[in-house]
Amino acid sequence: MYLLKRAWSEIRNEILVLPSRTLVLIWAVSLLLLPQVYGDAYVLRILTMTCLLAIFAASWDLLAGFAGQVNFGHALFFGGGAYASAMASQKLGLSPWITVWIGAAAATLLGLIVGYLCLRLRGSYLSLATLAFPLILIGMLFAFPEASGGELGISGLKRLAVSPTDNYYIAVVLMLVSVFAMWKISDSKFGLVLHAIRDDEVAVRASGINTTRYKLTVFALSALFAGIAGAVYAHYLRVAGPSTLETALSFQVVIWGIFGGVATIYGPVVAVFVLYPLTEWMGSFKGIGEMRLLFFAIIVLLVLLFMPRGLTPWVRDKIETVCPRCKQRNGAWKSQCRLCGAGLKGVLTAPGAIAPR
Amino acid sequence: MFQDILITGLVNGGVYALLAVGFSLIFGVARIVNIAHTAFYMLAAYCFYMLLVQYELHFAIAAPLAVIAVTAFSVLCYRLVIEPLREHESAVLIATIALALIFQEAMLIKFGGNYLGIPSTLDGVAVLAGVTIPYQRILILVVAAAALIGTWLMLYKTRLGLAIRSTANDLEVANLMGMNVHRVAMATVAISVGLASVAGVVVAPVFVVDPLMWLSPLVTMLAIVVLGGLGSLKGSLIGALIIGYVEAITVFALPQGAFLKGAVALSIMVVVLLARPEGLFGVVFEEER
Repeated sequence: MYLLKRAWSEIRNEILVLPSRTLVLIWAVSLLLLPQVYGDAYVLRILTMTCLLAIFAASWDLLAGFAGQVNFGHALFFGGGAYASAMASQKLGLSPWITVWIGAAAATLLGLIVGYLCLRLRGSYLSLATLAFPLILIGMLFAFPEASGGELGISGLKRLAVSPTDNYYIAVVLMLVSVFAMWKISDSKFGLVLHAIRDDEVAVRASGINTTRYKLTVFALSALFAGIAGAVYAHYLRVAGPSTLETALSFQVVIWGIFGGVATIYGPVVAVFVLYPLTEWMGSFKGIGEMRLLFFAIIVLLVLLFMPRGLTPWVRDKIETVCPRCKQRNGAWKSQCRLCGAGLKGVLTAPGAIAPR
Repeated sequence: MFQDILITGLVNGGVYALLAVGFSLIFGVARIVNIAHTAFYMLAAYCFYMLLVQYELHFAIAAPLAVIAVTAFSVLCYRLVIEPLREHESAVLIATIALALIFQEAMLIKFGGNYLGIPSTLDGVAVLAGVTIPYQRILILVVAAAALIGTWLMLYKTRLGLAIRSTANDLEVANLMGMNVHRVAMATVAISVGLASVAGVVVAPVFVVDPLMWLSPLVTMLAIVVLGGLGSLKGSLIGALIIGYVEAITVFALPQGAFLKGAVALSIMVVVLLARPEGLFGVVFEEER
């Protein structure tokens, strides 16, 4: 009883005070409860894919949004994880529960290699150079079709679980855990250093921080999460093909990341949960189905023209305000900061302040 | 085989140079990483196909018409989509990706996904030092050389060229000296897409035209630009020749070469970047802090 009370007060004081946190809680709970209420296999399939792609998009944001290493070849980690897991499962006959970790380890290794190669590059050079890595891997896979299955990929993989509901729960729990982990990482001291590296690497180095180590670590971490997503994705679809390495997928993740709002972690997740089911849903109509990519691009373009910083920062600014004194966030309806008591409304017209024109 | 490599490398290098120089130009002046650059090249190829095959115009009329139409269209796209977003670099980036996707899908809907062949505009072959070269390929070389020389003359001999070069050098100072940097950026977009559409029109009779034809030159072009140094026109030109020859050598000399040509070209780019992070002729941009 005490624990319950304690939990309730935690929830009330930490989550329900902010509309954005309340929304996240509602979203997580409804994802977990959905199969109990509405167990349609098609909907579960779409949401399973959405969850896995959301991990992938969030891992891009950890690397590109926080550390500023805007990676144009993020599909390398996704596809690397998928292929490594598929090869381990097919050639060694291991259970998918083990091979997923092999895939993740392979992706982490790829992340370290790419990170090492890109240490001296910055800005647009880094983006354009990283575009090359997945294509080099595709070239090598196509040159050795016996091992990689060539253009068809490796098919006939075992699934992690049999029923759609189980697969859905695996994806949802994995997504919630890894997105929360990435959010925690980005919110920690480590994340703070990443922020600083993005803004001014020279200054960070001058402050006595080993930026090389931080950059390599964030490449490895980001690749790890992308690799897990890729490996589970391959086992879910039961095929690891070259489409997991394509430039189109790398661009897709950039679109998700920027559409949702960079350097937020939750932004790309929201973007995937909005855009992926939307395109799938449009694909289910006859006539519109062939044009879904066209509509997708037009929607992205229109949203950007109105919200150039991305979807979630725009929404967050509408429902929350920042306290001018202590920089904490408050619900937009509050007139006083919940933590320091400073007035939130009419600040600009207070005595001594310059009235807005 | 040696002569084949020589000629193929030169022709491909010429086409890549047209694309890479345009991309470099717009990156240097406006700092736009224009992913849609090769999509305009694809649009020009389709436009040329439509005018030549469906409207049965003579190719000497159809080709300039296609180039002009695509260039005008690109300026329109720039005004409507890119200019309102200029302050947000990341938004510009995905706006260009979205534009490229829109063009690809629009062409897919209009013309279907199959490969379209364009009848050769110039028949006949020339025999040079024991190698037969179709006139069509010589045409590509001549047009590419003419377009590049024209661009060079424009950049170094006219007032507009001076404005473009100074804007690329320092945007704020150029603005203070009374240049309309928005107008300059627009002119640069037109020139850069103009070069890309010339490339699209000349290669259309040699390659096949399909809605995905923008992806593979895009990657090669980006590799060239990074290899030569972002924003450096000389670097783009030399990078284009290097990559053109490397691809030709891989295809002719290695088994499975056709699969590996992209991988080898990109590996060379990575190696160059490891040795010289700013590319072969890269200008080290001052840190923006």
